[in-house]
Amino acid sequence: MRALERHRKLTAIWASETGFKGWFSTVNHNDLGRMFLFTAFFFFIIGGLLAMLIRVQLATPNSAFAGPEIYNQIFTMHGTVMMFLFAIPTFEGLAIYLLPKLLGTRDLAFPRLTAYGFWCYAFGGTMLIVAMLFGIAPDGGWFMYPPLSSAIHSPGINADFWLIGITFVEISAIAAAVEITVSVLKYRAPGMSLEKMPIFAWYALITALMILTGFPPLILGSVLLELERAFGLPFFQADLGGDSLLWQHLFWLFGHPEVYIIFLPAAGVISTVLPVMCRTTLLGYGWIVSAALALAFLSFGLWVHHMFTTGIPHLGLAFFSAASTLVAVPTGVQIFAWIGTMWKGRPELHLPMLHILGFFVTFVIGGLTGVMVAVVPFDWQAHDTAFITAHLHYVLFGGFVFPIFAGIYYWLPHFTGRQQFFRLGELAFALVFVGFHVTFLAMHWVGLLGQRRRISGYTPEDGWSVINLISSVGSFILAIGIAMILIDVLLHIFTARRSCRNPWNATTLEWAMITPAPAYTFASLPLISCRDPLGREPALATALARGEGYLGVPREGLRETLAVDSASGRPEMHVLYPANTRLPIVMSAVTGLFFLSLLLKFYWTVPLALVGVIILAWRWVWSLGLRDDPAMQPVGHDLTLPSAATAERAPGWWGSVFLLTANGTFFGALLFGFAFLWTVAPGWPPPVWFKPSVLEFALGVAGAVIAPLAMRRAIRKNRAGDTPFSNVLIALFGIAVLGITCAALMMRAPAPTSHAYGATLLVLGGYGLFHATVAALMSGFLATQMRLGFTSAKRRAAFPIVALWVKYASITGLIILSAAHLPGMLS
Amino acid sequence: MLAGAAAIFGLVMILLVFSFRRNKNSGEEEGQIRVWIIGLGLAFPALVLGALLAYGLVVGERLLPRDGVNLVQVSAQARRWEWRFTYADAPALETTGVLHIPAGRPVDIAITTADVIHSFWVPRLAGKLDAIPGHTNTLRLEADAPGTYQGVSAEFSGAGYDAFAFQVVVHDESDWAAFLQGQPE
Ligand code: HEM
Ligand SMILES: [Cu+2]
Repeated sequence: MRALERHRKLTAIWASETGFKGWFSTVNHNDLGRMFLFTAFFFFIIGGLLAMLIRVQLATPNSAFAGPEIYNQIFTMHGTVMMFLFAIPTFEGLAIYLLPKLLGTRDLAFPRLTAYGFWCYAFGGTMLIVAMLFGIAPDGGWFMYPPLSSAIHSPGINADFWLIGITFVEISAIAAAVEITVSVLKYRAPGMSLEKMPIFAWYALITALMILTGFPPLILGSVLLELERAFGLPFFQADLGGDSLLWQHLFWLFGHPEVYIIFLPAAGVISTVLPVMCRTTLLGYGWIVSAALALAFLSFGLWVHHMFTTGIPHLGLAFFSAASTLVAVPTGVQIFAWIGTMWKGRPELHLPMLHILGFFVTFVIGGLTGVMVAVVPFDWQAHDTAFITAHLHYVLFGGFVFPIFAGIYYWLPHFTGRQQFFRLGELAFALVFVGFHVTFLAMHWVGLLGQRRRISGYTPEDGWSVINLISSVGSFILAIGIAMILIDVLLHIFTARRSCRNPWNATTLEWAMITPAPAYTFASLPLISCRDPLGREPALATALARGEGYLGVPREGLRETLAVDSASGRPEMHVLYPANTRLPIVMSAVTGLFFLSLLLKFYWTVPLALVGVIILAWRWVWSLGLRDDPAMQPVGHDLTLPSAATAERAPGWWGSVFLLTANGTFFGALLFGFAFLWTVAPGWPPPVWFKPSVLEFALGVAGAVIAPLAMRRAIRKNRAGDTPFSNVLIALFGIAVLGITCAALMMRAPAPTSHAYGATLLVLGGYGLFHATVAALMSGFLATQMRLGFTSAKRRAAFPIVALWVKYASITGLIILSAAHLPGMLS
Repeated sequence: MLAGAAAIFGLVMILLVFSFRRNKNSGEEEGQIRVWIIGLGLAFPALVLGALLAYGLVVGERLLPRDGVNLVQVSAQARRWEWRFTYADAPALETTGVLHIPAGRPVDIAITTADVIHSFWVPRLAGKLDAIPGHTNTLRLEADAPGTYQGVSAEFSGAGYDAFAFQVVVHDESDWAAFLQGQPE
């Protein structure tokens, strides 16, 4: 078969539907990555316009441009849009687009999940923007502190838009994070062991793991606050046993890691682009990976530094101050490794390199002011002034926007197959750089003079007028620069001349293909033996196009790839991807209906939406079932591999593990909240305690013990060739009993609307019931599959997955029942 | 602190600029890692930060409330958008928008709120401390000289936040006594 013929055949198999209809049914990472990036930049423009409005308002004293009601919406939406709708999705889009290409495979682990995540993001973001257009956007600041955001002080629907819209978007982030984690761990080219992975994949993996453990606390906080607002469960009301500090803990437990979730992907871009710009390899690959890992771990121990002024005990201050300065060390390692890389090579001033230099200057200043505010006495003065806003923009703009611009210019030829033509980019960079520093140096200064953040006006007597005007002028220079970059990119897309295949002479795999990238990425998969495959074998691209790698023979209608052993990169199984489908967009629309019903308080459509989600999810997984045992699959080079449907640990199992990691963090945060309220909140002990019941407790424990045991037995019997129908039914029964005892806990939770104790028990019971229901549905699904002949001793992949969820529901159920019943029984 | 930060920034910039020199003699990868990563990346920040941290803790320690002699106790309660102050030495007295304290004596301010979170901040006298529903936070400050100081609430509290300010009037000994007697000014 000739290369061109192979290209045509593969394209027919992998391409999305033609025209704009294709957007709604595509599950291909090429399309979805671009859609993510495009949407994220759309939100960046909105966030930027809001920033301009802020600077217009603050340009002159006693500004009459917007009253506080509107101004508060403007800055809240600016922060929210930038953090949740621009920064995180930009990372997701970049990772989704690049990872399969960097890793030498054809798509991500769960293509339909990618699409589902995208649509959740698009719908959730749209909800927020629509709210803004109607003038009912959230207005409590991007961290939404209660009681300001509680029903009493923010009675309108504004805050609900934030809580529900952001939760919807976070679901998309969790989906993408599961996707990225499993893809990096399992979907790589043969031979690509962990230490041969391109550095960006490491950063993406670490970032995704951080999203899985960093976002759940915020999702929990939003759920609790929304429950308080909608149903009066007083989690954050001090007079009813709640505590507004709980929100601050949950928020910053998310919010600090968030900063690194934003920075690490950008660092990944720098680590990828910088060596190419310097014609060398990255200095200290292993050190950089360790530094990024250390940063990820440390960043979860720092959240309290956002709460230095809340009256934290002195020892706590010392500890968190120390931890906050410590985190500068791994950052320092990365910075100096990059500078060392520059010394090692011969840096060339292409456009991406200019933006990297912009990054260095800006981010180092941001880091230094960050160390300053980590010093407690200084923070007591700077906290909540414009100094902090300025610091945060140095970190976010320096640490994210500049590197992303570098990445955009670097990969633009890959997106478009074209070469830079106009020289607008250099001028644009200069404007952005100058404008940025003028804007925010001025804000540092005025902050030190005492200007608070989030004020909509000041008087001439304050003496801040000139500095603010300078800052606003700077921000307009900045805005013009950014607009020019966007125009430059558009010009590039439509007019530039064709480029050669690997314009930068890079050594990573994404350049070993024709550009713009074909839907199938690689015509055949390479065998990897080093970290810079293109450097060692410049002709790799043509060899792959000629089908000399693995899976070089297209098979009618089958989207095939390989999955590998996580550590060694040894090929492990043969994977078939699902084809184009509208299921993801429909499912996210129904999920959106669920959130929208909650938002508009149409409670009768909530159960409808839930049933809809269940039916769609059932169809989603059902379509993966096989009627017959699959044969061993030849993948080329005399290698045959088992099908993923016969694996003990199929991709679905890996996905479940990481989804449950996020879920477990959510549960852990809930337990933390319970303990926190119990020990710290004023207004305890509650007026009435929960009446423990030995019967309920014993039944629940029995169910939680029987169910996982029965599942384990089922796996064994299935392996031995039996059909363990009865065992799965026993598991279903055990889980159902557990669910019923959790429901009983919910019914009997004492006065949930009059004390946070009862409210928390209600939520704990609800959590248990929800997971018991999910596990029961999954057991029922498995039983149905067995009845209809979709499982066998070989087709066993579903068993361990169901067992995992049953085990999870049992363990969390046990903890919930113990937390509710045991204290009363023991005393 | 500012000078140190500027010095570090300068160092990084110089290193960046010099990386563009053509004839660098950089040597083996091993050696480079030792210089750049272990030396500049690990040891250097660790040293600087250690020093800074110790400094911060010592200074922070000095700012903390201790059993003072001659302690004056006042309470500050915030609500949207007004501060109310009461005085342990004169229980009947309440002032709004203006806090009166004596000069040269340590003052403990018990900070509470009646509605949302606020923050008590008099930049020239002390750092800020939040007023949080259900909690009482105590700020220790001491004003050296009589006079009037501006204070603001430094936690966003909704539409009236811009103008949410107060004053602290520091009295000498005799004025303070007069104030407690109920004849302010
Ligand atoms: C495009 C240039 C930008 C300009 C001119 C700008 C300007 C501003 C200004 C003046 C404020 C202060 C509002 C106040 O406290 O009164 C602000 C707040 C904020 N900005 Fe930006 N910004 C820009 C880009 C970004 C980016 C890229 C991000 C994040 C990735 C970001 C995140 C935030 C956040 C989180 C806040 C705090 C909002 C709050 O207080 O609730 N900004 N911005
Ligand atoms: Cu932080």
